[in-house]
Amino acid sequence: MQLQRLSGLMRKEFLQILRDPSALGIAFAMPLFLLLLFGYGVSLDAEHVPIAVVVEHPSPLADTLIGGLDQSRYFRPVRFSDIIAARTALKEREVNGIFWLRSDFVRKALDGEGADVSVIVNGVDANTARLVESYLQQVWQIWLLQQQREQASVLTLPIGGELRIWFNPALRSRDYLVPGLIAVIMTLIGALLTALVVAREWERGTMEALMASPVTMAEIIIGKLLPYFVLGMGGMALSVAMAIGLFAVPLHGNLLVLTLASALFLLVALGMGLLISSVAKNQFVAGQIAIVVTFLPAFILSGFVFDIRSMPTIIQFITHLIGARFFVSILQSIFLAGNVWSVILPNAAALGVMAVVFLGLTLRRTRKRLD
Amino acid sequence: MWRRLYALVIKELLALLRDKASRFVLIGPPLVQLLVFGYAATYDLNNIPFVVYNEDPGYASRELLARFDGTPIFRRIATLQSEELISAFIDRKDALMAIHIDRQFTRNLLSGRTGSVQVIIDGRNSNTAAIALGYVNSILFAFDQEWAATHSMPNPPANLVLRAWYNPNLLSRWFVVPGIIGLLTLVVTMLVTALSIARERETGTYDQLLVTPLRPLEVLLGKVIPGFLIGAVEASFISLMAVLWFRVPFTGSVLALVLGLFLFLFSAIGVGLMISALSATQQQGLLGAFLFLVPAIILSGFATPIANMPQAIQYVTLADPLRYLMVILRGTFLQGDGIAELSSQFWPLAAIGLISMLTASLFARRKMY
Repeated sequence: MQLQRLSGLMRKEFLQILRDPSALGIAFAMPLFLLLLFGYGVSLDAEHVPIAVVVEHPSPLADTLIGGLDQSRYFRPVRFSDIIAARTALKEREVNGIFWLRSDFVRKALDGEGADVSVIVNGVDANTARLVESYLQQVWQIWLLQQQREQASVLTLPIGGELRIWFNPALRSRDYLVPGLIAVIMTLIGALLTALVVAREWERGTMEALMASPVTMAEIIIGKLLPYFVLGMGGMALSVAMAIGLFAVPLHGNLLVLTLASALFLLVALGMGLLISSVAKNQFVAGQIAIVVTFLPAFILSGFVFDIRSMPTIIQFITHLIGARFFVSILQSIFLAGNVWSVILPNAAALGVMAVVFLGLTLRRTRKRLD
Repeated sequence: MWRRLYALVIKELLALLRDKASRFVLIGPPLVQLLVFGYAATYDLNNIPFVVYNEDPGYASRELLARFDGTPIFRRIATLQSEELISAFIDRKDALMAIHIDRQFTRNLLSGRTGSVQVIIDGRNSNTAAIALGYVNSILFAFDQEWAATHSMPNPPANLVLRAWYNPNLLSRWFVVPGIIGLLTLVVTMLVTALSIARERETGTYDQLLVTPLRPLEVLLGKVIPGFLIGAVEASFISLMAVLWFRVPFTGSVLALVLGLFLFLFSAIGVGLMISALSATQQQGLLGAFLFLVPAIILSGFATPIANMPQAIQYVTLADPLRYLMVILRGTFLQGDGIAELSSQFWPLAAIGLISMLTASLFARRKMY
């Protein structure tokens, strides 16, 4: 390997990058645009969920219960005069649930019989429905405790559960989604930067010209890798800066560890792009493969939104083929928990193995040979 | 005109399907991804590992823990002897949750005082944590009610009766699998259309097409029809799989679904061709495809509800064709909707399709640089 030849190749690659600015766009405009859109747009925090409230027979007792709903930031109660109108609103997706106090509510509640309060939620979005149920239960328990205190009676809720959330006490979904988003966006950027570059040389016939020169294949690959690595790290730095500065995600870990892990992951993402490029040998197919194998797998199988621990065992096994999976783990830990070495080291090792495999395969596939 | 168009469609289909790798990419991955994603994309909790540190020698704590052990949602992986160990299990992500029961738990309960339980949950994935929290709350609540009933405490004044419509067991698979139909259909249409004009531009065959008697509109139609054919075949196949393989109930009108998919293909192909016509190289086409595909999927309400987004972003989603298809898919599968209930979703799709097709045909006439 000769440094002079390598620097010549890299100079050529940089010139090509500057000539078609889409590579610069990929490295800098894309993380900016996507992170802005998603950082604000992607949220699993259901707040101000519209709930239809039907009180058939108004009473002070019913008011205390509905008051709990009014005060909760999770709900936006909408009054309906009867259950039929409320059901129509539920069907037409205007409200997500119905809270129904029947006319015998007060009578049954006061004579010790126990009144039934019906809650109907729209279950189509199962996750939101479950959150809504859980928030309703909280409102309900607060109300029960309040009744218990006011009537100075014996306990109706004997257990005092103290529930504590570590690492993200307010359960802001943005704090775990934004680090995950960085991993997904970097997967795209890495693959997009390199997916077409080797294929382009094959398609345009310039690969043959390169073969006729004294450069070795390893030099060609490194000459492709390094310039895009520099671009990719720039994009990465921009993403991290936005996560911390704009979205106020706390960074509990070390910036140096984060940089090293990112560099490792970028090698995996770029290596995957190069491999796609050398397998396809024409830009059209390389582009198609890049679309299919990068975004959706990184989105769904990385643990960025869907928790891997909830997947069936076979699928959990498959997720080990997705580089983003390891990076999401590292990022979520570094950002929210700190330098947890028992999480970082095994995941970093897996990334290292993937980088070696991708780059090694690329080198094997790119021989000085015309088929 | 029809003969010319026919020949052109055949040529386009050959260009897509002749290459072995390209043929494989169009057919293989969408099917594999349907199977993998259909199982992977779930918000339901299963086998969530937890650890227990129980200081209480009494029977009440054992009864409470039996309720956690008895549900398939949680799985006890260790019983600890000291409080310090809890953080090790949670930090390493070996356990999502730790339950710590106070030494006086049973005694307090029996003497009519509050028995205290501490539950610690790993919040790194806030959604999992929120849902686990909900389960924990309902287990504690159920225990409360039974304890109150069996120890002659007064009844609570009222009971909460929860019911879910359209998806009574709140299976997230019923919500996610119809969404995957939309995702994969969009990806396949992008594969077929987004690079097609850019490729002809880059290799120079586009100029050759322009000097033939084919009119620009015919050239464009020649690109639209293969997209429709491939998209429609895959979308129907995936929809059938959703019902037959994943057993998602289909309760609405088939006609509404077909109309929805048709209009969606129209708009997605329009956007794909618009991207292709606007880009001079395939690299730009690929960038354009991603810049549309990724936001279209993330902002569609597939994984995170649109209602949770800030108002400004909610306006942006109005331009996203996938957003409307998601409502149509979930409406026809789960809510039993027909054409009348979904009419508000159809016309935006048609409008997006028309605008993008017009833009595409405008730019497709442009000569090479």
